[in-house]
Amino acid sequence: MAAVHNRHVTNKHRFVGFVLIGLAVYILSNVVDEWKAFQGATIAVYAVAIASVILLTGYSGQISLGHGALLAIGAYTAALTQIYLHLPVWLCFVTAVLTTSIFGAILGWAAARLSGPYLAGTTLALAVGLPSIANQFSFLGGEQGISFDAGWPPLSFGETFTQYKWFFWITSLTALIMMWWIQNVLRSRYGRTWRAVKTNEVAAELAGIHVGRSKVLAFTVSAGIAGMAGALLATTVNNVSPSAFPLALSFAIATGAVLSGVNTLGGVMIGAVALVAIPEIASLVSNRWSGSERVATLLPDFIVSALLILTVFLAPKGPIEKFRSRHVK
Amino acid sequence: MLKIENLTVDHGAIRALHGVSFNVELGQLAAVIGANGAGKTTLLRTLSGLNKASEGQAHWSNHNILHSKPEKLVRHGISHVSEGKSVIPELTVSENLELGSLWRRNRKESAQSKKEVLELFPRLGERLSQRADTLSGGERQMLAIGRSIMSKPNLLLLDEPSLGLAPLVIEQIFQAIRDLTTAKGLTVILVEQNAIGALKIADIGIVLNLGSIAATGSAAALKDDPAVRAAYLGF
Amino acid sequence: MFEFFNTLLIGVTAGSIYSLMAISIVLVWRSTRVVNFAAGGLALASSFVGAAILEKTGSFWIALPLAMVVGAAFSAFLEYFFLRPLLKRSGDKGAEIFLPIIATLGLLGIIKTILNFIYGDRIGSLPPPLSDKGFIVSGESIALSPMRVLILGIVLLLMISLTLIFQRTNLGLSLRASSFAPEISRLSGIRVDLIRTIGWAISGAAGATAGILQTTNGSGSVSPESFEFSLLLVFGFVAAVIGGIESLVGAVLGGLTLGIILAFILMYVGGSLVFFAAFMILILVLLLRPQGIIGAKGGRRA
Repeated sequence: MAAVHNRHVTNKHRFVGFVLIGLAVYILSNVVDEWKAFQGATIAVYAVAIASVILLTGYSGQISLGHGALLAIGAYTAALTQIYLHLPVWLCFVTAVLTTSIFGAILGWAAARLSGPYLAGTTLALAVGLPSIANQFSFLGGEQGISFDAGWPPLSFGETFTQYKWFFWITSLTALIMMWWIQNVLRSRYGRTWRAVKTNEVAAELAGIHVGRSKVLAFTVSAGIAGMAGALLATTVNNVSPSAFPLALSFAIATGAVLSGVNTLGGVMIGAVALVAIPEIASLVSNRWSGSERVATLLPDFIVSALLILTVFLAPKGPIEKFRSRHVK
Repeated sequence: MLKIENLTVDHGAIRALHGVSFNVELGQLAAVIGANGAGKTTLLRTLSGLNKASEGQAHWSNHNILHSKPEKLVRHGISHVSEGKSVIPELTVSENLELGSLWRRNRKESAQSKKEVLELFPRLGERLSQRADTLSGGERQMLAIGRSIMSKPNLLLLDEPSLGLAPLVIEQIFQAIRDLTTAKGLTVILVEQNAIGALKIADIGIVLNLGSIAATGSAAALKDDPAVRAAYLGF
Repeated sequence: MFEFFNTLLIGVTAGSIYSLMAISIVLVWRSTRVVNFAAGGLALASSFVGAAILEKTGSFWIALPLAMVVGAAFSAFLEYFFLRPLLKRSGDKGAEIFLPIIATLGLLGIIKTILNFIYGDRIGSLPPPLSDKGFIVSGESIALSPMRVLILGIVLLLMISLTLIFQRTNLGLSLRASSFAPEISRLSGIRVDLIRTIGWAISGAAGATAGILQTTNGSGSVSPESFEFSLLLVFGFVAAVIGGIESLVGAVLGGLTLGIILAFILMYVGGSLVFFAAFMILILVLLLRPQGIIGAKGGRRA
């Protein structure tokens, strides 16, 4: 059923879809306030980060609990190239992606023979180990971190065009472009190869696929995407420091991926929006009902964790697949 | 007595057994033969509780044995030696044997069972403290059967014990299986691809084809029946 | 020379606690093929209970065993009500390991928020019951203190007990058999599901001990956001992986290796690089042996 459906949705349809989303975002950006613009930018960051995990885990079958570290590499690279090389912002983004990709390639090569818990352990150690390096070296800004300035909107945009709206625009546009590109990659033979390897490595090898290379490629691309997410994060927050990349970030991204349905890209917004919206909703709820400060701070984590468990139990393939299978039946 | 009526088992969308019915008297050795995919293994797995039946009944000594967990059926005297490597390679020979008697409370009786097993398969006695993965194929099969005897069974389900073994070893094992029935009074269901060998030691035979019973009768009669031989024994 | 010996001692002590945590993780992995992140949360909860018992009774020697019992009970509870239904639903290829891990992550989050809610800014206090002032040798104070001796002693005692249980008792045989070959074990009459729960219970007891020892060896107080517990969770897991997540002996080796090397790095290089060092150690070991120091090649079939 799904295959027949897809044949009617051509690439042109998808492109139009993306343009429409872009338009919606544009309209949205004009009506929301500063805080919401910041949140919107954060959603964009999460969406890109989650997409990178979907690629690596959902398509290529390699688990990563350490994508926060990859975001850190992207963010620091962007900031460093701006500070020391004085590159324009968009070039900083590019270097961030490239640098993180290279790191991803190395990591992928080291991890290619690892599976399951060994890979999980390695990425976990990475998540905790990498960002803390910055504390040791002063040129990395130590604990305070270093700043990244995505600049101000061009004067031609008018006086009311705030800086956060500018960030929102940059991150959303970049995110959209990335999603478009990622979607194409996933639907290409690379994506199919990754799926094949994930389903059955031995069969894939016998079919002529070079399994090791495929896995490393997945890591490389995923890392590049995560690097971009990191650069976007730097844009939104203006500052990169080790405390911006705790283990909790890696867990949050993994959580977002599960909420979105780790096997397909389609639901990526669900996770991204959930990660940003839940704390917001939780504080509203707790203000209404209990007024207890403590509940307010704890409720978001509780809800997210509970949602995670519920999703794993009720919709292990992700809410979208669950929805589809209900309708197909 | 083992009474099986209209046993139907599905593997997802595939029906592995279609309404199979037969009886085995106490103390009989029943050989179940047939081509690959005939449903022989599924039959044993359903009787031992590993697979679920979709329809039908099975009674052993008037107990309903369907829809029970394997662990529970062991306590009713059913012991299943599954095909392939049915020993635990990381444990020693002695530990593999003891595994079978863990559920029993009576230490004296368990020790007695171990003695009997070692009398039946003296080779095992020489290798008690060795890891099971150092044993030859034939010794592993002896160990697997030995372990199942340690469970104090009265119904023994054996799945292709001769698989991959040399003819001389097969003879030894088949002889031991026959002894178990004659001397100990165990009821045995022996699933085999080695049809001739199985029918030679069996009392009755059941021929399965694509999940249904194609023929039943005394083992001797089946062995000499030309139609059965041609269709299922290959000559 | 002196400093070397001291650092070694500190490393061995810390490492032995990581080993306990690693054992907790390995036990669960072997019986259910799940990485249990919630083990860290359970250790935390058990430590709070230990602190409460200490407050009520004033005796560490009552608090520790009781906390172990509580840890065992919590863990068994989790296995029965949480893990069994979860395992029934997975089995989807490719997501096999990801989903249960993520689920235990979610569980960790819930345990932490509940603990935070109950205890909030209160802190559980677990001061060391013995002096942690080092013995005096040739006029200098060495890192070996009565408390250190106690920690090493407890860990050693637990490991010997576990080894005896696993190798010499019927329960141990059932535990090993069930984790190597659950189907064969069922056919031998072993109640594999019950055994699995027991395995988790033992894991919980080990985790509780690790949590309490980690606290007494460190700041002496338990709090939900405690840094020491993040350390315990991460290093315990890393130690388990270094050792080869299939093996209890590996867990011990992994924990000691990690503890000793990290102690030296802490002493001679600096504090911030400790985590990165852990990562490097892990990656180096896995590059040479992708299955960990003692892990089995090709993995075992569940």
